[in-house]
Amino acid sequence: MKNKDIASVSKHLGVSRREFLKYCSIVAAGMGLPLGTGEQIAEAVTKAARRPPVIWLSAQECTGCSESLLRATHPTFEHLILDLISLDYHETLSTPSGHQAEAARAASIKENKGKFILVVDGAIPVKDKGIYCMIAGRTALDILQETAKDAFAIIAMGSCSSWGGVPSADPNPTGATPVQKILTDAGIKTPVVTIPGCPPNPYNFLSTVLYFVTFKKLPELDDLARPKFAYGRLIHENCERRPHFDAGRFATEFGDENHRKGYCLYKLGCKGPETHANCPSILFGDTGSGTWPVGTGHPCFGCTEKGIGFHKPLFSKASLHMVTPPDTYPHVVEHQGKSALAGIAVAAAAAGAAYAAVNNVAKKLGDDDGKGKK
Amino acid sequence: MSEESKPIGGEFLTTPFKVLAGFTLFAGLLVLIRYVMGIGAVSNLSDGYPWGIWITYDVVAGTAIACGGYSMAILVYVLNKGEYHPLIRPALLASVFGYTLAAISIFIDIGRYWQGYNMFWPKYSNVNSVMLEVAVCIALYVMVLWIEFAPVLFEGMQKYKGNLPAFLTKWDVSGLQKIWSKFLFFFIALGILLPTMHQSSLGSLMLIAGKKLSPLWQTGFLPLLFLISAITMGYAIVIFESLFSSVGLKRPAETPILAKLSGIMPWLIGTYLVIRVLDLIVRGALGKAFAFNVQSLMFWIENALFVYPLVILMSAQNRTKARPLFLSALSILLAGLIYRFNAFLIGFDPGNGWTYFPSFSEILITFGIIAFEVMAYLYIVKKFPVLPKTEHA
Repeated sequence: MKNKDIASVSKHLGVSRREFLKYCSIVAAGMGLPLGTGEQIAEAVTKAARRPPVIWLSAQECTGCSESLLRATHPTFEHLILDLISLDYHETLSTPSGHQAEAARAASIKENKGKFILVVDGAIPVKDKGIYCMIAGRTALDILQETAKDAFAIIAMGSCSSWGGVPSADPNPTGATPVQKILTDAGIKTPVVTIPGCPPNPYNFLSTVLYFVTFKKLPELDDLARPKFAYGRLIHENCERRPHFDAGRFATEFGDENHRKGYCLYKLGCKGPETHANCPSILFGDTGSGTWPVGTGHPCFGCTEKGIGFHKPLFSKASLHMVTPPDTYPHVVEHQGKSALAGIAVAAAAAGAAYAAVNNVAKKLGDDDGKGKK
Repeated sequence: MSEESKPIGGEFLTTPFKVLAGFTLFAGLLVLIRYVMGIGAVSNLSDGYPWGIWITYDVVAGTAIACGGYSMAILVYVLNKGEYHPLIRPALLASVFGYTLAAISIFIDIGRYWQGYNMFWPKYSNVNSVMLEVAVCIALYVMVLWIEFAPVLFEGMQKYKGNLPAFLTKWDVSGLQKIWSKFLFFFIALGILLPTMHQSSLGSLMLIAGKKLSPLWQTGFLPLLFLISAITMGYAIVIFESLFSSVGLKRPAETPILAKLSGIMPWLIGTYLVIRVLDLIVRGALGKAFAFNVQSLMFWIENALFVYPLVILMSAQNRTKARPLFLSALSILLAGLIYRFNAFLIGFDPGNGWTYFPSFSEILITFGIIAFEVMAYLYIVKKFPVLPKTEHA
């Protein structure tokens, strides 16, 4: 039965059963879940009576988050929105427009009250009562507050909705504010997951959605509401150029010899040492190894981290949280042999003492044959 | 056999004992530092020289010196020379502590000691590894030695209660003694098999070093040479220890029986040297002995120390005299010791500029181990029936 379901969905998705299961397993592995979880995900996706409804709101944003998702290849975005979830409202992607689109949103909220997932990309301007972002004659602030109340959970997609992003850069003329702050201020308790990044990696979003579809709850989050599976570690920790950092080999100018050799970009202002994200592990854009900012030779600019991206100057150095590699790592420069003066002295003293003792005993033994007197 | 040996009695808290205790305590402190701060804090070990004095002396040379029990067992139980029986107990005693402390020092030396138990976990064992053979074999032999030595402890707990602290004498061990008497033969057999295996394997360890070990020592005969020299050192330590303690503990020397025992040694040394020299000639490595560097110097010292006792002990007259006997035994011990240091450290060059000389703390930990062995020896011969009975004048 289960296999039949999977087979039918696979057919529907236009991928083989094997491909589909492989994809689910990769998603599970990406989240650090146990081996069997891939199958659970596959089962949850195929068995769902109704695809989970999703409403996607956009505020002060560049549509980069949606663009990023459009370029996902496993699954492709169309498979996601047509087969895995039911995307009921998205300003860029909705077939209807104008009043029709707004009506679809209202209908979905009414029908799926407390059950739908709300995705928000873009920061919300609050200055001057939010007049700097208007949709269908209403402020984004108003729309968010209305929709958020009835959502099961909210995914803040991208840095803008997670912590403010580009619109919040100084002097923040529109009062761009992240989603969570607005909800807290308005006393709305719907849980928020943030997927920061500019744009965020689509797989962090997809994995979070599939986790929700499978387990009907949100993945484990850190204190900034970021899923731990994606944002649990610093870029610096898993960076392919980390050995160069530990060895003190740095590129000091774009295009210099060290830069061409692929050395560490820390001195060019790489924010990897203070930015939490899984970029070095899952890369970006599905175009093979080395394709992520640091891999291509550009310093990380810290897009996922509040107060770093768009706030700290691009070429100023990152503050280091972990200066030296852990003790469990081999040292970069090994001592090839330490001074042994004390050792030599002790050894010589011991040899002397041993000689004295032996000499003493040998003298006392004499030529005694054990039968006569000494 | 219980009639042959007797505790020698006397105060054990003597000045030498206290000095030894000081060394042991200081080494214990250093070992503590090693466990808190890591191996690098106390030793000069490096990636180039992962085996230093702890492996070379405490384990490789230490167990060879502790081969007395093994060598005497071959003589008494395999070759059935019952007249040497009085020498078995002191030999075993030295072996028990030599091996036990060698096993302990391995856990000071291995970096990730907390994973050490994996050696004995069949699932994780690398059955193609010489080191596994050595580790398992030495671990088993330590147990076998304690089983072999237990009758001495039982006898002491039964017959010499007055010597011992109360907690040791409150049990009745006569039941255990009966069990032991039934099964001891099996462990004696094991106690001959196991050292034969690992004393040769200790030589095989350096086969893996390949060209890093100078051709003066690197040979397919390493296991055999290690085995023969270990057996020879076993007899040498029995003689050395007996004569040394006769002076140190003021007992009459057992020269006649030692003279007889030393008759075996020219044969063993001769065999060893023939194999050693022929092998060097056949491999065309003898030229290296004239390189006039540290390695060639150590090579000559090592072999001179083998040749000296051979020459001395070939004369039956010399064998009856305590001093030549003592010096020959000492010379064999030193020869075996230097052979092992040469094969593990001095002849070993990992290349790329690595150097090694043990650090102060490293050497003192080794001293502590030796000091503990001597303390244990002194205590036990005074309290338990180990040394042969002597006729009082």
